[in-house]
Amino acid sequence: MDLTLYVWRQNGPDEKGKMEQYEAKNVSPDSSFLEMLDEVNEELIANGELPIEFDNDCREGICGTCGCVINGVPHGPQEKTTTCQLHMRQFNDGDTITLEPWRAGAFPVVKDLVVDRSALDKIIQAGGYTSAYTGEVGEANQTLIPKPDADYAMDAAECIGCGACVAACPNGSAMLFTCAKVAQMAVLPQGQVEAAERVKNMTEALLNAGFGNCTNHYECEAACPKGVSVKFIAKSNREYIKALGK
Amino acid sequence: MQMLQSSIGRKLVMAATGLCLVGFVIVHLLGNSSIFIGADGINAYAEHLHSLGPLVWVFRIVLLGLFGLHIFFGIQLTLENSAARPIDYVEKQNIRTSFGAETMIYTGLAILAFVVYHLLHFTMHVTNPEISVGVLPLDALGRNDVFTMVVLSFQKFFISAIYAGAMVALLLHLSHGIQSLFQTLGLLNGKTLPVMEKIGRAVAVVAFIGFVSIPVSILLGLIKV
Repeated sequence: MDLTLYVWRQNGPDEKGKMEQYEAKNVSPDSSFLEMLDEVNEELIANGELPIEFDNDCREGICGTCGCVINGVPHGPQEKTTTCQLHMRQFNDGDTITLEPWRAGAFPVVKDLVVDRSALDKIIQAGGYTSAYTGEVGEANQTLIPKPDADYAMDAAECIGCGACVAACPNGSAMLFTCAKVAQMAVLPQGQVEAAERVKNMTEALLNAGFGNCTNHYECEAACPKGVSVKFIAKSNREYIKALGK
Repeated sequence: MQMLQSSIGRKLVMAATGLCLVGFVIVHLLGNSSIFIGADGINAYAEHLHSLGPLVWVFRIVLLGLFGLHIFFGIQLTLENSAARPIDYVEKQNIRTSFGAETMIYTGLAILAFVVYHLLHFTMHVTNPEISVGVLPLDALGRNDVFTMVVLSFQKFFISAIYAGAMVALLLHLSHGIQSLFQTLGLLNGKTLPVMEKIGRAVAVVAFIGFVSIPVSILLGLIKV
């Protein structure tokens, strides 16, 4: 299949960027989206041009490194799929595809489709941990956790930190990312000790990093490659209300 | 005070004031619908409200405070949110959100403009002083003739059109706002959110039909002086 790509090209953080057109010829429908970009890049390099920079690492859909906005949707048209796990069979011969980086003030563009997501680390640093003394590895069943709580925490912990929720949010908010962590820890005994400070500090860090506020568009959940639910945002709101008196 | 700088804290203020304002809209709708009983219905209702004396002013000041907070934080949050994406997408496709959710600030400001006009019209009698309870004769029982004021007003197509337009804004605002406030108050989970989205839209539609049925009935001559 032959495709026309419109790709955001930007040489550096302070440079001005613009959309440029590329042709992708003889693309196999069985190749992944990133493999298609690899082939386009090989041709660019052969022609002495700079390749399109994009983030990627595991290419197995679990690390959260890859991701760009494909035809207006973070990670592209397939539900619950990272960019690396998106395959070209999702597109048709002759399609036009636009590629843009995650757009948020808190995610400055490093180059082309690569953005700096260290703002998410700042949110985690503000409370996405437990200060419990760990020491030796404990007995397996030393701290009993009911199965429904464990499942709930695991669902929240599915977040791979890719930032698609921010990219999708009309307000550029990282609320789903933040609340997945708040909710995950709030149901576990180890996390409950610091629950009140955690929700306050992490949401404060979210604002300080330049993210917007949540207004319940739920675009984050729709774009999330792991299907992290906005129920964790409601849970964090409850945690915030509980923390008000403390 | 820290709460009024926090992201979730201000959202809670929006939700709590929003909940009260939804309550006000419903009570106002029920009160207004007394016009379908005729002059006896709405004139008695208005007389009853005014007989509450100082309570009327307590109510008005509380309502003003709720409106003020809702508007102030609504504008502040909207400005912050648009600043969070300084460079916009060339192409952005939304999957889940609704037209109502995307236009909250516009429908909100439209409702504000309408509320100001509505008060100038029916409460302060500035815009159409010739049809106001001060000018119109008292009804047979010696009460302010609110019924005649409303009917003569809505018989003017222009006034009815403004009113109906504002109710479209209210419809859109509530279609997102009701489910959104329950989510913000932390009262929803994965199962109840889709249900509340439907309930919110249904309440918005009922409120819209309820309010608009009054000028429509008057224009169609179903309610007349």
